[in-house]
Amino acid sequence: MSHLVIAPVLFPLFAATLLLLLRRVMPLRLRRSLNLVALVIQILLVSLLAQRVAGGEILVYALGNWPAPYGIVMVADRLSVWMLLVTSLLAFFAMLYAVRGTDAGSRHFHPLFQLQLFGLSGAFLTGDLFNLFVFFEILLLASYGLLLHRGGANRVRAGLHFVALNLAGSTLFLFAVGTLYAILGTLNMADLAVKAAATPPENLGVVRAAGLLLFVVFALKAALIPLYLWLPAAYSSTSAPVAALFAIMTKVGAYSILRVYTLIFGAEAGPVANLISPWLLPLALATMAIGTLGVLAAHELRRQVAYLVVVSVGFLLTAFALGTEASIGAGLYYLAHTTFAAAAFFLLADIIAMGRGTLADRLDPGPVIANANLIGALFFITAILVSGLPPLSGFLGKYMVLNAAVDLPSMPWVFGVILTAGLFGIIALARSGSLLFYRAEGLIERTGTAGRSAVGPNWGRLLPVFGLLLLCVTLVIWAGPLSEYTRATAEQLLEPGVYIRAVLGDPRPV
Amino acid sequence: MEALIALIIGVLTACGVYLALRARTFPVVIGLTLLSYAVNLFLFVTGRLTVGQPAVISDQAVGYTDPLPQALVLTAIVISFGMTAFIIMLALKARAELGTDQVDGRLDGGDAPNERGPERGRQHG
Repeated sequence: MSHLVIAPVLFPLFAATLLLLLRRVMPLRLRRSLNLVALVIQILLVSLLAQRVAGGEILVYALGNWPAPYGIVMVADRLSVWMLLVTSLLAFFAMLYAVRGTDAGSRHFHPLFQLQLFGLSGAFLTGDLFNLFVFFEILLLASYGLLLHRGGANRVRAGLHFVALNLAGSTLFLFAVGTLYAILGTLNMADLAVKAAATPPENLGVVRAAGLLLFVVFALKAALIPLYLWLPAAYSSTSAPVAALFAIMTKVGAYSILRVYTLIFGAEAGPVANLISPWLLPLALATMAIGTLGVLAAHELRRQVAYLVVVSVGFLLTAFALGTEASIGAGLYYLAHTTFAAAAFFLLADIIAMGRGTLADRLDPGPVIANANLIGALFFITAILVSGLPPLSGFLGKYMVLNAAVDLPSMPWVFGVILTAGLFGIIALARSGSLLFYRAEGLIERTGTAGRSAVGPNWGRLLPVFGLLLLCVTLVIWAGPLSEYTRATAEQLLEPGVYIRAVLGDPRPV
Repeated sequence: MEALIALIIGVLTACGVYLALRARTFPVVIGLTLLSYAVNLFLFVTGRLTVGQPAVISDQAVGYTDPLPQALVLTAIVISFGMTAFIIMLALKARAELGTDQVDGRLDGGDAPNERGPERGRQHG
């Protein structure tokens, strides 16, 4: 039993505690460095874990050494580690941006950031449904604090909706978990998979209801239609590094959908097999369509990027809904791409907004921003990345998903919606870009705040954007091995028997 | 007793849903609290209703009650308690920042978001 499995969960908790305790002792500058160092260590820990599981081994860690169906287990398989890797890289660059001044003004930004990471890592690693609920609550509570960081009327209004909706979601989650426990008598996901497959006919309706209730909860987290309405307001009103970190939050919902509905209610689950497959594909395609309308209608750049996140969720779940090894693998590749690209876009939108004085990120023709060439070029690259044009990773992800859909009966719908949404996305981004950069004239209407008069580009703020774009380039350069890995991940997911045997199987050595 | 418990959970949930759909923050908070009470009761009885049975190992026991839901409900109570405290503070902050206790931050009767929120909030606070 390797303790490495639980290290990515415990380490952020440790770092958060340290940052909380040292607040009065350490100056902000040192705490910033400490947080960044902690994030680098987190990346290293996850990389070590990735080396262990890349071969297909599923590592199981029984907390307190209680054997699997009775105790809580942490399970590291390819999917968990892939999500952890994306999360930790994203968190590092978001923090690199935050230390340029966003983190000032609230005392607990740094601990909350690490606690958010703690919740995310736990949610990805846990092998227990109730434990998943607990980690959801941890990451949500941390995200409430981060969302409201520095306050302001807009943030408070969006935050109130976000918190109230998620509280209702948590209640539904508990109802679903309670029902599953009452009928199947277990909460361990592997054990649930075994028990669900052997559901007696008289309990079938209740188990199905609980499974679909869980889907509602995960759809709320993933911002699937019609439960996406909280997302644009929350993401566009919060501070840039938090919005960048939140790019992974919707993917937690997507991850949970993928995990629960391949493992517990997957193809091999007997009477409850493929529980959500009649729902997922239409909903995902509708999410893409509605999200694209939002992208076209948005009046502010940050709201536009938030709607692009909704579109990417729709795309991701379309890939998962197709349910073949190739499509899920392509979806997981796209997941990494879209997380990094959306985060880069949120950061860039903030940089643009800061350069435009009182106009901020409103999509109206305004003054020429400082360093328009450099920032415009970055906008262009990011827009290409997000809208999925060649030669960057967005195109590869999209191509792989379309390629996986060619032989399926749902092909016309998938192709139609994805390609149309892509076209409208390009139109909307081209309009935003030309409004922001080409039709710009006149001088900046200065506001009283400092920092607007800086002449040179603010490299400190641009560096994280470059970093995130570089990660997307990395996704292209090593597209071969990485898509091999995601495909192997999908293969592992579609054989839940291996996971179940790894968790419940032969008695583990102590 | 099953019917009574089911009725209690149902009434709590119905009241919670009704209040959570109201337009002001205070009923919404109360509604979410009632919902969490309902789910806590529900979780508690997922181990089936048993009377007078021990939850942990005992020599004289003829049967056991399921201890796991009791552990689950403790966790759920703690979490919902924390979340309720948080949303109460947030509702107060929203009242101060937006100048109204409407959940979408609009003034009564008007449909535009209140721009003069902070001033109004200070007058009343």
